Amino acid sequence: MSKKKIATIWMDGCSGCHMSFLDIDHRLLDLADLIEIVHSPIVDHKDFPPDVDVTLVEGAVSSDEDYEKILKVRARTKILVAMGDCAVSANVPAMRNRFTPKALQEAVYLAPNMANPQLPHGTVPILLPRVRPVHEVVKVDVFVPGCPPSNDTLFYVLSELIHGRMPDLSDKTRFGA
Amino acid sequence: MSRVVTLKINGQDVSGREDETVLQVARENGIEIPTLCHLEGLSNVGACRLCLVEVKGVSRLLPACVTRVSEGMEVTTHSERLERYRRMIVELLFSEGNHVCSVCVSNGHCELQDTAIQLRLDHIGMPYRFPVRQVDASHSRYGLDPNRCILCTRCVRVCDEIEGAHTWDIMGRGINSQLITDMHTPWGESETCTSCGKCVQICPTGALFIKGKSVAEMTKRPDFLPYLAMMRNRKNGS
Repeated sequence: MSKKKIATIWMDGCSGCHMSFLDIDHRLLDLADLIEIVHSPIVDHKDFPPDVDVTLVEGAVSSDEDYEKILKVRARTKILVAMGDCAVSANVPAMRNRFTPKALQEAVYLAPNMANPQLPHGTVPILLPRVRPVHEVVKVDVFVPGCPPSNDTLFYVLSELIHGRMPDLSDKTRFGA
Repeated sequence: MSRVVTLKINGQDVSGREDETVLQVARENGIEIPTLCHLEGLSNVGACRLCLVEVKGVSRLLPACVTRVSEGMEVTTHSERLERYRRMIVELLFSEGNHVCSVCVSNGHCELQDTAIQLRLDHIGMPYRFPVRQVDASHSRYGLDPNRCILCTRCVRVCDEIEGAHTWDIMGRGINSQLITDMHTPWGESETCTSCGKCVQICPTGALFIKGKSVAEMTKRPDFLPYLAMMRNRKNGS
């Protein structure tokens, strides 16, 4: 059996879900014969590869970069997993939705205590008017709520998916878990 | 003295007093129907619609908390249709406000969160509204975060019916409805509030909380209510 191609991406989130993923620990080694991690913040690979079996998505869609990334990832992935509350519900990143991106940037970058107050131009991704959960932008196949989902939950999800089964998460995690 | 009637709930023969509701008789017989706005010891308003049930011969769904039992009634409390509606109701509640469980004082002790788990919700299908709502932290001991409010009106009823102060009420209509104190003045300046804290203890979410509580620290203690309501009734001779 050829190895399943697994990818993870990180959009607007705190990286806590990736920490939880790494916290799967030695059990990742048990899966090593079955999977190949082809793209991830922890793998040195620049462009998102084609024909990925499972992609775990951390974070909400917040910027033009996130938006383009998630469209490309969706087109190149068989099973897209919304990993954690930011991907599932937009969670904490969406708390900026009550402000316009302009007001937000001015509040942050032009704050009185900044050493060199100036608005970013061209150097950082452009913020979308609203942060949105992944499923409001592209189709999501598996939802894994939790902030973050536990390492056991993520290990279970990954194990089920690489064996061709859909995980049943009803008693394993919840919003804010 | 009220008459006793017999009826069927989910095919099971049960009996109850004719002045009881479908919800009461169901629970007396160990049949669980999900609720959010109902609380034993308060009047029922049928606000959340989670307790909708099917009654044979009635084409629309009826809220069990305000529907009286009657002779020969045939009630269904769980069906695919009801589950679908209940999930939709909870999804609408989540998409209407700003419910960020991960940073909420009531995370892990929230009736809305528990209901979502019970209904096996793993995401919200409706687009989130992300409304702009102001927190009221003017009270010295308690806070109101309307972002987490589901307008169940438990606080309005406990304040009016048990404490007798009627500090809380709902202002506006439909999607613009909001919880207010007195004549929409800050809670801390309220002339009617006795600071008893009953509203905080019976709030199903983190909308009303004790100041100083951090994420997941706010556990509510609503158990006083049935006893207080019972003693109140006894004093009034009913």
